[in-house]
Amino acid sequence: MAGHFQKKTKTKEDIPTASLPDIIFMLLIFFMVSTVLRETTVQVRTALPSAEALTKIDQKRLVSYIYIGPRKLDGNRLGETGVQIDDALVEDLGNVRAIMYRKLLEQPRLIVSLKVDETSEMGMVLDVQQELREAGTLRINYSSKRELPS
Amino acid sequence: MALLKKKARTEAEIPTSSMADIAFLLLIFFLVTTTIDVDTGIGMVLPPKLEDDIEPPPIKERNVLKILVNEQGLVLVEDTPSAVQLIRDEVKKHVLNMGVDARYSEEPGKALISIKTARQTPYNAYVSVLDEVWMAYFEMWDSEARQLGYADYATYVDSIEEQDADNQIREKIKAAISIAEPDAA
Repeated sequence: MAGHFQKKTKTKEDIPTASLPDIIFMLLIFFMVSTVLRETTVQVRTALPSAEALTKIDQKRLVSYIYIGPRKLDGNRLGETGVQIDDALVEDLGNVRAIMYRKLLEQPRLIVSLKVDETSEMGMVLDVQQELREAGTLRINYSSKRELPS
Repeated sequence: MALLKKKARTEAEIPTSSMADIAFLLLIFFLVTTTIDVDTGIGMVLPPKLEDDIEPPPIKERNVLKILVNEQGLVLVEDTPSAVQLIRDEVKKHVLNMGVDARYSEEPGKALISIKTARQTPYNAYVSVLDEVWMAYFEMWDSEARQLGYADYATYVDSIEEQDADNQIREKIKAAISIAEPDAA
């Protein structure tokens, strides 16, 4: 009976670890490629509103962001409403048209994601939209968070 | 002659045993810094710029459901005060009216939702109204897809993308939402 409990085979039970670095490198390269380091510093506060009817934008390269919200000032204070495209605040709203038109020429399927602070007034948003219509960038997206179940 | 004697050479190899650890460190760095958050939001398509000499196409009054959001975020639907939560049903009633009720639309293809805000309307009030309108459309598309024998609208979209067919539901119930300019104060 004792024979039943005896080990029959003497094969090694080690997992071969020689290819471990290769696996790790594969993962590493995947994450390196998929990482998008944030290249813009947002100079306005954008606390996004929450909504239910959300659509996802899968293709990040099509997206261009416009930030609208109160300007961040020194010492946690908030200033007037500002509009930011890429890195810089847009002082004159008339410039939005030219900037967005140039972007549209580079990427004809451009989607403009409007990251608007929830306390902003509609007037500014509508003005920007009017400029977008002039530029011909008609696909927009009101960026918003998923609504938390209440 | 002693010079020609082989010197004891030290092995000129880089130790590779720590390679995995280095790779791990890098991996963890990128794992932590990666944000695979897809941008979510409410998609809209703005109307193209109107040429000055072309008049906008005439629309029958009954086909338009007017929603007005004022400075305090209060909502008027067809001139009656309404709660934001009630907009969804009102939109559905309007779109799926099929010409029955004279106050609502003639048919889903002609129905139009017009959202008008004041310049001082807070943005989140506008988004919550727009959200309700979109949810109404999503729910109508869902029930339409269920009638065609699909689990929901998303599976219908997947199936027509495979077959490369036209989206009949979107054809039947078009999401026509217009953002009106505020009145000049």
